[in-house]
Amino acid sequence: MNLRKFLLAAGAAIALSVALSPAHAVTLRYANQGDLKSLDPYTLNETTANAHLGHVYEGLTSRGKDLKIGPGLAERWEVLDGAKRWRFHLRKGVKFHNGEDFTADDVIFSADRVRATGSNFQTRVPKGAKFVKVDSHTVDVELESPNPIMIAQWDTWYIMSKKWAEANNAVAPTPAAATTPSHASLNTNGTGPFRIESHQPGVKTVFKVNAAWWGKKEHNLDEIVFTPIPNDATRVAALLSGEVDVIEPVPVQDIARVNSSTSAKVLAGPELRTIFLGFDQIRDELLESNVKGKNPFKDVRVRQAFNMAIDKETIKARVMRGLSTPSAIMIAPSLFTHSKDFTSPKFDPDAAKKLLADAGYPNGFEVGMDCPNDRYVNDGPICQAVVGMLARIGVKVNLNAQPKAQYFAKVLKSGGYKTSFYLLGWTPGTFDSHNVLHDIHGCRSEGSPRGESNLGGYCNKKVDELTDKILVESDPVKRDAMIKEAFQITTGEFGYVPLHQQALSWGVSQKVELSQRADNSVLLYWAKKN
Amino acid sequence: MLAFVIRRIMQSAAVMLAVALIAFLMFRFVGDPVNQMVGVDTPQEEVARLRESLGLNDPTIVQFGRFIGNALHFDFGVSYQFRQPVTRLLAERAPATLELAFTAAAFALVVGLIMGVYCALRRDSWLAQLFQAISLIGVSLPTFLIGILLIYLFAVVLGWLPSNGRGQVVKIGDWWTTGFLTTSGLRALVLPAITLGLFQMTLIMRLVRAEMLEVMRTDYIKFAKARGLRTRSIHFGHALKNTLIPVITIAGLQLGSIIAFAIITETVFNWPGMGLLFLKAVQNVDIPIMAAYLMLIGLLFVLINLLVDLTYGLVDPRLRIAMRS
Repeated sequence: MNLRKFLLAAGAAIALSVALSPAHAVTLRYANQGDLKSLDPYTLNETTANAHLGHVYEGLTSRGKDLKIGPGLAERWEVLDGAKRWRFHLRKGVKFHNGEDFTADDVIFSADRVRATGSNFQTRVPKGAKFVKVDSHTVDVELESPNPIMIAQWDTWYIMSKKWAEANNAVAPTPAAATTPSHASLNTNGTGPFRIESHQPGVKTVFKVNAAWWGKKEHNLDEIVFTPIPNDATRVAALLSGEVDVIEPVPVQDIARVNSSTSAKVLAGPELRTIFLGFDQIRDELLESNVKGKNPFKDVRVRQAFNMAIDKETIKARVMRGLSTPSAIMIAPSLFTHSKDFTSPKFDPDAAKKLLADAGYPNGFEVGMDCPNDRYVNDGPICQAVVGMLARIGVKVNLNAQPKAQYFAKVLKSGGYKTSFYLLGWTPGTFDSHNVLHDIHGCRSEGSPRGESNLGGYCNKKVDELTDKILVESDPVKRDAMIKEAFQITTGEFGYVPLHQQALSWGVSQKVELSQRADNSVLLYWAKKN
Repeated sequence: MLAFVIRRIMQSAAVMLAVALIAFLMFRFVGDPVNQMVGVDTPQEEVARLRESLGLNDPTIVQFGRFIGNALHFDFGVSYQFRQPVTRLLAERAPATLELAFTAAAFALVVGLIMGVYCALRRDSWLAQLFQAISLIGVSLPTFLIGILLIYLFAVVLGWLPSNGRGQVVKIGDWWTTGFLTTSGLRALVLPAITLGLFQMTLIMRLVRAEMLEVMRTDYIKFAKARGLRTRSIHFGHALKNTLIPVITIAGLQLGSIIAFAIITETVFNWPGMGLLFLKAVQNVDIPIMAAYLMLIGLLFVLINLLVDLTYGLVDPRLRIAMRS
């Protein structure tokens, strides 16, 4: 090819690329620090992935801007036989992106697929639940035991097309450890307001509006272009230069800079995740401590002393730059009605020191602490602040701040809970206290999922009993009273040190209006761009 | 010559095996991939099943053997994050990295050579002093800082050039994508190429300047002057040609490091190349991608060294004789 031909070809290519872009299409460009890894909605149960796929797929229920459960692909439902049978009336006239009708068969198929081996969403649907087709648009779910919160997470249990999955050899969910790529992890066929036009994992995903969507649209977009930008500085620069319209998250140290610019602002609000400290209170001797032959954390006075020695307000002011909500219990206030009745123990290092002396540690002791440094907002600096505060009551903390890959490998069950004192964050997937009581307060026992994320092994049989009753109680007033009782026990025993709920921070261009949901799901079907 | 090449290839294979072994031993310390693949609240039964199905319960030596066996027919497995074959992921990303690296190398070579020659010939001019000062900045400032400064100035403040990404790309053939054919693609290339090439540029400039000054002092240049040859022919026909041997060596070896060090530039500019893929793989303990990438970079360095050795022969006849024996 000589130079002239080359230039001609180049010119033609430019002309073509210009001609191909539609005249007045509204494109919203969105950058997140994480990737959209698999398009199969049953591969990875993670907020960001669920939010992305929520533009394409829909569940039987939905959650609104205030997280309230509302109708989705099911128009309405009835709870029968004391919450042992649920009847769902499906929406008529809904079509998948490929034009097929949505029917009861798709719901039954999705219920099987979501519970199959390899799915990361198996707990979405109770194990023994039977799905019965009543007619083409009515489905009954029969349960072995009553379950009033069965549909709590159904907004992210996305319904897939039976015919499409069968035709494309995608009946089985794509497991996280798939050795061959599956059709469903690279293609989508949902009922949602957008469809995916192209997807290059880790580079770019293009969503186009679904003109045939059944709902009333609350956005004015024709196209969403998603790019993962892992580097904080680059992501902020891209927002400030106007190359992207929405970014998540804005690093704490850049919030002021974004707000002082003329082109963008930060949307901030309390997130649902609670950041807390936990103690190993199950081993007879701590793994990393100079106290031998006994475990100081088994003594409630020591745990109380730690609770009183840590100043949550200072952490908020100094480490979080005001962007956190100090917390007295292990669940976000918006998720539990009686949370106002709880207050943190007063910050009082002298009283804490006295408690330690009473417990037999007048000169304090030494303990190792595990902390991630790339998982939560300012997680490393929070731990450093805690080390300083505990030093004031004579406790010498040897901090091991590490990347999340090493951290989780060490502290989780798969790593043998090898920690003495740690920092963790927890959002109840069901947005309900039962999950918090069951997963991080339940007594651990071999072969039971109870307390699997209770890394320190806090245990109180009374709490477990209450937790089981809370699961099946369908009267909300009684239920909340029981939850309150359970939290009173756990906070009375100082099982953990709840620190705060970190703040959400999304960077949004001045041209874009967007509502922020407290679970950190970036849902652009509520976005308007001028 | 043939014996020389064969000997070098054998050595290269040994180097590759060592790279694989060291990489594999390192992977044991980067963390647990399974926890990165599923949520914290995933049931432990499932976590255990995942670990088994990935073969992570086998002894390291068995895993290593399996890896080498597959690597011999270019099968690097499936990425833990993307559930796609690693070979395909790398092939998709390779054009971005290679275009960036070659642009940066061309920029470094052309600008570095011109500046170096100028600094050597007009040693005391103010422009030469300025070039020297610039080269000091290029050598001492770390890449990511230069990148962020350039982004801040040209993308955020002035708004002339894009801060991230590759712009619009055009597909050529089955798997090559190029940004050379669109204006947005070319604009997107400017800042990352300068960032990536700046260090090499200053290196080449300083090298050319030093070598050139050295050569200008030699007897044959004095003799050429005495013979009354034209200044231009002395400078460019004789002096420059003789400075080129070390420059070729360095430029060749640096091409390898340009591709390898593109990791940082790619991260800062969110350039969708192999380096960015690798960095994300490290964060997510995606061992198949890490292993394949390290092997690829190892192979690259080995090949470049081989090529540089062979090019010597072309430039310097004395070495040809040495190789033959």
